Amino acid sequence: MSRIRGVFAALSGRRAALVPFITGGDPTLAATVPLMHALVRAGADLIEVGMPFSDPMADGPAIQMAHQRALAAGATTRAVIDRIAAFRRDDDRTPVILMGYVNPVETMGYDVFADACRAAGVDGVILVDMPPEEAGDWRAQAARAGIDTIFLLSPTTQAERLALIAAASTGFLYYVALKGVTGASHLNVADVAARLSVVRKAAALPVGVGFGIRDARSAAEVGRFADAVIVGSAIVERMAGGASAEAAMADVETFVRELRAALPARGAGTPS
Amino acid sequence: MSYEQPDERGHFGPYGGRFVAETLMGPLAELERAYREARSDPAFQAELAADLRDYVGRPSPLYLARRLTAEAGGARIYLKREDLNHTGAHKVNNTIGQALLARRMGKKRLIAETGAGQHGVATATVAARLGLSCVIYMGAEDIARQAPNVRRMRLLGAEVVSVTLGSQTLKDAMNEAMRDWATTVDETFYVIGTVSGPHPYPAMVRDFQAVIGQEARRQFLEREGRLPQALVACVGGGSNAIGLFHAFLGDAEVALYGVEAAGKGLASGRHAAPLTANSGRGVLHGARSYLMFDEDGQIRDTHSISAGLDYPGVGPEHAWLKDTGRAQYVAVDDEAALAAFHRLTRLEGILPALESSHALAYAHELAARLGPEAALIVNLSGRGDKDVETVAAYAGGKTCHA
Repeated sequence: MSRIRGVFAALSGRRAALVPFITGGDPTLAATVPLMHALVRAGADLIEVGMPFSDPMADGPAIQMAHQRALAAGATTRAVIDRIAAFRRDDDRTPVILMGYVNPVETMGYDVFADACRAAGVDGVILVDMPPEEAGDWRAQAARAGIDTIFLLSPTTQAERLALIAAASTGFLYYVALKGVTGASHLNVADVAARLSVVRKAAALPVGVGFGIRDARSAAEVGRFADAVIVGSAIVERMAGGASAEAAMADVETFVRELRAALPARGAGTPS
Repeated sequence: MSYEQPDERGHFGPYGGRFVAETLMGPLAELERAYREARSDPAFQAELAADLRDYVGRPSPLYLARRLTAEAGGARIYLKREDLNHTGAHKVNNTIGQALLARRMGKKRLIAETGAGQHGVATATVAARLGLSCVIYMGAEDIARQAPNVRRMRLLGAEVVSVTLGSQTLKDAMNEAMRDWATTVDETFYVIGTVSGPHPYPAMVRDFQAVIGQEARRQFLEREGRLPQALVACVGGGSNAIGLFHAFLGDAEVALYGVEAAGKGLASGRHAAPLTANSGRGVLHGARSYLMFDEDGQIRDTHSISAGLDYPGVGPEHAWLKDTGRAQYVAVDDEAALAAFHRLTRLEGILPALESSHALAYAHELAARLGPEAALIVNLSGRGDKDVETVAAYAGGKTCHA
């Protein structure tokens, strides 16, 4: 069983998985591996690492600036993959997903990228600006290398595309909780819950929810019904805020611990 | 020759497509449907035609530039006078069409990206006329170098948002417009100003701009009783070039030249000429096309004296026309474009936009090469009033956009 499926199987019916997002190479490449271990200590079930891109069109200001910091510090797609390989030397258990934009991946070549991911111990990849309609070649290479392809669903996804996206996805589905970019703050939890029940009828995969989850309270609310709670901008902002990389990392660890503690237990006979 | 591009998914050969975040996939499908219906609706076409005539001032003249022709010493040089359109450039052909579509779809708010400000002005103009609210995204650097257009947009009631991230030019303005659209899709119509972006924009903007070539072909046939040897148009995203070329695609004897911005020179790397420099194939702003990026796939900073050409990508149909050999792409540097600006101003009493000056510079060489029996059409895509400060600063030895 893949690492991703293993995590969801183990948590099934107990609580939502906690998925923190960091930008690879932010603020430096040297910080990425210690930060990932800190996330695991704090209770992360799965880690999502952003591959920096010069033009992150789906991201709000916090993650845009993280991408700029990382690129300025010399991060590249290959360097981020190398950091995952370094993380794997001490952690063979926690699934790692890369999230990025298609141009750097296409520049490397889908086949080369997929092989590099496999060799480094990357479990899944999200390419934000590549819908399933354009993803045929990428999916073939990812499948060959055993990398999960995670596609996004959003509040604007029409019914007829839901099945297409579900069929193209492996590992889990990522539901974008609001219309907007990462870091937005107009989350409507009741709407998300209603949409998720529609998604579940069309897809057997676990469904993670991200965009707009900014604190323990919103994590707890979404954690009542989602299979995974994904938190990005609120973490990345803390990376930008510290007096030093170490201080920022300590702040992030504390924050992720709070998120994890807030996720409600659930299951038969355990009302949350 | 039959020319059926793009396919139903918006692909021009390997180019184009729809590379956007999931949130925009639904709205793009909705737009595509609405556009398809409007295109075959005689009432929509009639209203568009009436607006182009009575509001924009079409048809724009085809003008034989006699003194410019004499100076070049070769082929007769005709100018397609898009600079005489209302708002001063070809951009309004497209914004009129998209605004009518927005109204038909019940959208109350227009947003747009702009580089030189011409598309921003053209969008703010149609928003004012239809009573729609309007937000224009513009790079901070472009705001500085195209101040007159910023003031015009504000007078027209548009909010101009300064984009301070990235290279602070057109590509960053487009990033920010896409972020706005993803957040406000229900009430907002995104008016893309060039033949780039996700499907259906490249095809839709082309269709709205194709009026340029349809008129020019008819006008030239009336004047000369035959077709021209060549067409010349500048290419940033490439909407004025596609607009001029399209009616001639089936006329194999008419050579098509797209002129990109060579900036400080192709060898310097400081240019905006992805087709001419044969940069690789990449994906940005929703489409696959020729694109300027580094070995890690990061988009490169570009340079051109003209804000409207200062863009690392190009419309996917141009990529296709290059690969098929139907059109040729060349590049003209800042200095040559400036010289062409001054030449047209002094010889013909017409101030061309710095964008169009790139086309004029190449046409000058081409005319000499083709000889006096030939004739060519240059798309004078916009007027240069907006560039007076930039040209003056350059003459004063200041380096703008260093």
